[in-house]
Amino acid sequence: MADQTSTANAWPANSTAADLIPPGRKRLGWALLAAATLVLLAAIVMQILYKTEVDTVGFDTWRPVVYAYVLWGVALGAWQVLTRGEDGQRALFLLPALLFTIAMVIFPTLFGFYIALTDWNLSSFAGRRFNGLDNFWQMLADPYYRNALVNMVLYVLAVLVEYVIAFGLALLLNAQIKARKFFRVVFLLPLMLSPVAVSWMVGKSLMEYRFGPAATLARHLGWDNPAFFSDPITARISIMMLDAWTFIPFMMIMLLAGLQAMSREVLEAARVDGATAWQTFWQVTFPLMLPVSVTAVILRIIFKLKLADIIITLTSGGPGGATDSVSSFIYREYRDRSNVGYGTMLAMAYLVIIVVFVTWLLKFASRFVRNVN
Amino acid sequence: MSVQTTDYTVSEIRSPAAFLANRVFIYGALVFWSFVCLFPIYWTITTSFKSAVDVTQGHLIPFVDFTPDWKGWRSLGLSPDSISQTSTVRDEFLKRFMNSVITSVGASGLAIIIGSLAAYGLTRYRYHFAWFKNEDISFFFLSQLILPPVVLALPFLVLYREVALLDTRIGLVLLYTLMVLPIVIWIMRDQFNSIPVELEEAALVDGLSIWGAFFRIVMPIALPGMVAAFILAMVLCWNEYFFAALLTSTDAKTIPVMVASQTGSQGINWWSMAALATAAIAPLAIIGIALERYLIMGMTAGSVK
Repeated sequence: MADQTSTANAWPANSTAADLIPPGRKRLGWALLAAATLVLLAAIVMQILYKTEVDTVGFDTWRPVVYAYVLWGVALGAWQVLTRGEDGQRALFLLPALLFTIAMVIFPTLFGFYIALTDWNLSSFAGRRFNGLDNFWQMLADPYYRNALVNMVLYVLAVLVEYVIAFGLALLLNAQIKARKFFRVVFLLPLMLSPVAVSWMVGKSLMEYRFGPAATLARHLGWDNPAFFSDPITARISIMMLDAWTFIPFMMIMLLAGLQAMSREVLEAARVDGATAWQTFWQVTFPLMLPVSVTAVILRIIFKLKLADIIITLTSGGPGGATDSVSSFIYREYRDRSNVGYGTMLAMAYLVIIVVFVTWLLKFASRFVRNVN
Repeated sequence: MSVQTTDYTVSEIRSPAAFLANRVFIYGALVFWSFVCLFPIYWTITTSFKSAVDVTQGHLIPFVDFTPDWKGWRSLGLSPDSISQTSTVRDEFLKRFMNSVITSVGASGLAIIIGSLAAYGLTRYRYHFAWFKNEDISFFFLSQLILPPVVLALPFLVLYREVALLDTRIGLVLLYTLMVLPIVIWIMRDQFNSIPVELEEAALVDGLSIWGAFFRIVMPIALPGMVAAFILAMVLCWNEYFFAALLTSTDAKTIPVMVASQTGSQGINWWSMAALATAAIAPLAIIGIALERYLIMGMTAGSVK
């Protein structure tokens, strides 16, 4: 990888720099890279031999291979600079992030796809055993996983309600008000709080059945039995509300920035033409805000698809799996049953679903936005 | 992106009565939502000073309804009378707190360094890695945002065991860096795009190398963006629970994991839970209030053109 890095540079007069590099320096660069590659390969081979007990020389863990990879990364950078001069220096900007992400994402994901095809329970002595698509068939027949997927659909739909509230708040903050900065800070505050702390603060104490203030208030409003987490529908709504509480500020800030970037003349023109505030909003503000809205909603949906913390700490998916998100379900699959193989298959299936869904969403959104403008 | 004041609503409203109704509605809504945002925080802070009776009777206002007591903070070993004594709970808490500080600052710092470099490269130069062009590389980085933590969690659990990074702060730092890197690159790309290329061209003419131009000319200008990205990354890392819960057990546990484990075991010990929750949210709440400008800058980067 990364060996054909040619940069068509933006600036004149240094495209010949590569030709001016003395051959000795180039040779040094190649030698460095070759040596580092050898070290990396040697470390990997030695470790494989040691782990498969062909060989007795090796380390207890794979960590030296990690060091060898870091060393190889450094050598790769040095090789770029030594052999390609200024072009190499440019490549150096990108290399750390690229090497880091590739090591941290590509390798574990590929490894994950392999684990997904194995029967592997960490608590049993049998160890890892390849079992082909068994996990996949098991997944298709798993009612709890299907239930978690349905819940995710509901949770994602709740984003639309959050969007309406966030838009309302953004309009409020954009109106001519005093103490705007104060209100903005206050409205932003829930976003700072850790979901785990929030699930205790709100879910376990404010909404506590016997003497939580929210329960007391609900009793005053005529709900005799304010149990927020005991029947499936209310429990789902409670989770949605908690999650909305922390994440509404996120959309609100984006929408507010959009409102403030809107050109004043358009609104003036609408007013001069005699449009009411209601008409102005639907005919002018809302269509103009559509691109920002779409960005905000999509980003929010992406975050929503990762929803887990609140459910894990608050309901553990209960009652009876009614509030489970996919992430929290897989989390418990591992935590309670140590079922790494099956859990990974569920996660990989979820990844595929997400990638397809988000790709479709982006396509759909771009067409939608273009049609309006 | 600075946030300016606007004043178009007033001019639309003609009669005094309508104006008044409009004002009442706007401020009513503002106060209502402020209450929604602040009450849980208020409740948590006051509960940490309540005894069991005050909790069960639903007392709300300190000094009027109930007499505040350091109860919750004493159980954490952080009240004025227990701060000088040895306390295992406090040691435990401080250890978790330091873990949180180290992992979130470390990960945000690392992400800022490699993310800024990559963002700078992507905005200024044309790359061509095999068949990948700049747009593909950018997409590769940003697409990591979609990746849900569950997908990586179990493979990482196994891999970290093999490389002896399980239950270490370094292991968490690396994962958190990965988690916030797309956001950092997103923000910094926006920042570097807003800096005119002519500045660097002049620096190059004056004899600086490209890295010299980056450090001496571009970085100082992009510093506010870096602060914004850093704060946003801090918030995400500090509050992260999923990876921490799966990958740490004794040494590297962070504050959210501690909070979560306490809710399970202590049940109804409200005052100490409230104190713990307050301590867990306080650092970020303070940072958020003090550096709100940067946070907003980070969140709105690139969304409004």
